[in-house]
Amino acid sequence: MSDERVSRPPRPQAPSGAEVFGSPLPPLSPWAVAARTARWLERHGRRLAVMVPFLWLLLFFLVPFLIVLKISFSEPVLAQPPFAPLLELADEAGSLYLRVQLNLSNYLMLLQDDTYFRAYLNSIQIAGLATLITLAVGLPMAYGIARAPARFRLTLLMLVILPFWTSFLIRVYAWIGILKNEGFLNALLLWLGVIGEPLVILNTNIAVYIGIVYSYLPFMVLPIYASFEKMDASLVEAAIDLGCRPAAAFWRITVPIAFPGILAGAMLVFIPAVGEFVIPDLLGGSETLMIGRTLWVEFFNNRDWPLASAVATILLLVLVLPIVWFQRTQGTARGANVKR
Amino acid sequence: MKQGFTPVTVMALTFGFAFLYLPILLLVIFSFNDSRLVTVWAGFSTRWYGELLRNEMLLDAAWVTLRIGIVSASLALVLGTLAAIGLVRFSGFRGRTLFSGMTFAPLVMPEVITGLSLLLLFVSLNWERGFWTVVIAHTTFATAYVAVVVQSRLLTFDTMLEEAAMDLGATPLKTFFVITLPVIAPALASGWLLAFTLSLDDLVIASFTTGPGATTLPMRIYSQVRLGVTPEINAISTVLISLVTIGVVTASLLQKRQLARRSQT
Repeated sequence: MSDERVSRPPRPQAPSGAEVFGSPLPPLSPWAVAARTARWLERHGRRLAVMVPFLWLLLFFLVPFLIVLKISFSEPVLAQPPFAPLLELADEAGSLYLRVQLNLSNYLMLLQDDTYFRAYLNSIQIAGLATLITLAVGLPMAYGIARAPARFRLTLLMLVILPFWTSFLIRVYAWIGILKNEGFLNALLLWLGVIGEPLVILNTNIAVYIGIVYSYLPFMVLPIYASFEKMDASLVEAAIDLGCRPAAAFWRITVPIAFPGILAGAMLVFIPAVGEFVIPDLLGGSETLMIGRTLWVEFFNNRDWPLASAVATILLLVLVLPIVWFQRTQGTARGANVKR
Repeated sequence: MKQGFTPVTVMALTFGFAFLYLPILLLVIFSFNDSRLVTVWAGFSTRWYGELLRNEMLLDAAWVTLRIGIVSASLALVLGTLAAIGLVRFSGFRGRTLFSGMTFAPLVMPEVITGLSLLLLFVSLNWERGFWTVVIAHTTFATAYVAVVVQSRLLTFDTMLEEAAMDLGATPLKTFFVITLPVIAPALASGWLLAFTLSLDDLVIASFTTGPGATTLPMRIYSQVRLGVTPEINAISTVLISLVTIGVVTASLLQKRQLARRSQT
C-alpha cells in the first residue's frame, strides 16, 4: 500500500509547533501520548495488521513442521514426551559442549519395512482413482448446474454445498448402515433378486472409494462450475454452427475451457484424500493400507512419536509438489480474475 | 451458455443429488426407528432423542464443541480477514509468497499432518493441552477458509468507494470501519459460519491437540461409531444436520434477498 502512498500528494497536515520551530518538546501528557500512538498506529497500522496473521501462521503452521522434522530424527524413548532430545548440553570431564544426536533409524525403518512403502503407494493410488471417479460424477453435475435456467441455479448450487456443511464424520458414518452385509444396499438388491447372497462391500477398498467420492464431491463440483459459469456461450454455438456435433463441441471446447476448474477440483480432492484417516478407518478393512491411518496408529496406538513424525515428513514431501502446483494454479486463476 | 435442462444434464443432476442425499435421508429416517436394530423398521418413535437428553457425556461434549467453535471461528474471522486484506491490497511486500503459501496450504493439508505438527509444538512449548490448544489448532486451519472467502469478495470490491471516503476527509481507519467492513460484511458472515462448522466437524486435529476435560462431540461420536451403528448416533446426527440445514438455508435466503436488492438499485 505504501507505493500508493507515494504516488498520491501528501495530505495537508497542520504542522505541530515542536516540529516546525525545533523547540524542545513540551512535557507529554497522557493524552498527547495517546494521540501520538494513535497517529503512529494510523501510519503503520495496516502493515501491523497484516503482520498479525503472518506471525500467527508462522508460529502455528510453519514452525510446527520444523518441529516435526526435528523429532523425526530423534529416538523414541519410554518417557513423557516419548522421544529423546536432539540437542543436549552435555557436561563431560568438566567442559560443557553441545551434543547433537541425529538419528536416522526412523527413516531406515520406513525404507526397510515395506508396509510403509506400500501404504504410501496405496494411498496415492486410491486417492488418484477416487479423484478420477469424483471427476466423472462431478463434471456432468457442474455442467448441468451451469446450464440450468438461471432461477434454479442458486438452489442447485446450494444443494451441492449443503452436504459439505454437514459433519464429515456423520456422512461417512451414514454409509456404514448402507454398505454393511445386512445394510440397506444389500437388502434392496436381495429384495430385487439381483443377488442371491449379500455382497461384502463394507471394510473393503470399494467402500473407501465410495466414501472419498461422496465426501469430496462438492470440492470437485464447485471449481468446475465456476469455470463453466465464466465461459462464453457463443464459442460452443459457433462450433455447432460450423458443423461440430454437440458431443464433440463439449469435449473440444467446453472441457478445455473448464480445465483450470478441473485441475483445482482434482487437487482439492486428491491432496487431502492421500492423507485421509476417517474414511479408511471407518469404511476400509484390513486390506486398506493408507498412510494417514498408519500415522494415526503409530502415534496413538504404538506411541512412537518419532516414527509418526518421519511418516508425516515423507508424506509432506510426497505432497509438496501437488500443493505448490495447486497454489500456482490458484494464483494464475486469481490473476485472470483481476484482469477481467 | 445456452440455458435449459437437457435429458443428459437432468440425469446427471438426478444421479448426483440422489447420491449426495440418500445416505443422509436414510440416516434421518432411521433415527425415528423404534427398534435398536438400525436397518429393520419397527415403527415411529422419538425415544432415541429422549435418550440423548439423558446422555450427559454427549451433552458435555456438545457444549465443549460449541464453545471451541465460537471462539475459534471468531479468532479465525479476524485473522483471515486481515490476511485477505494483506494479500489483496498489499502487493509485493517481502515474504508475500511465503505468506500466501502459509495462508492457503492449510486448505489442502492432510489433517493428520496438521494435527501431529501442532501437538508436537504444544509439547515442545510445554503448554498444557485442553480447550485452548484445540482453539488454537482450529483457528489456524479455519483462517485459511475465511481468507479465501473474504479475498474473493475483496477482489470484486470497488476501491473507488474507499478513495471517495478518504478524499472527503475520512481517515484510513474510519474508512475501513465505515465503508470497507459493511460492504464485505456478508463475506465475513459466511466466513465465520464456515469456520464455525469446520470446527464443529473436526475429529482428527482435535484428537491430536486435545487434553483431559476437552473431549469434543466428534471424538465421542467417533468412539461410538467404531463399535457400530446405533440409533443414538443417528439421532444426534439428525439434530446436527437439522441445525446446519436451517443455518445454511437461512444464510443463503438472506444472501439471495441482498443480491436481489443490489440488482434493483
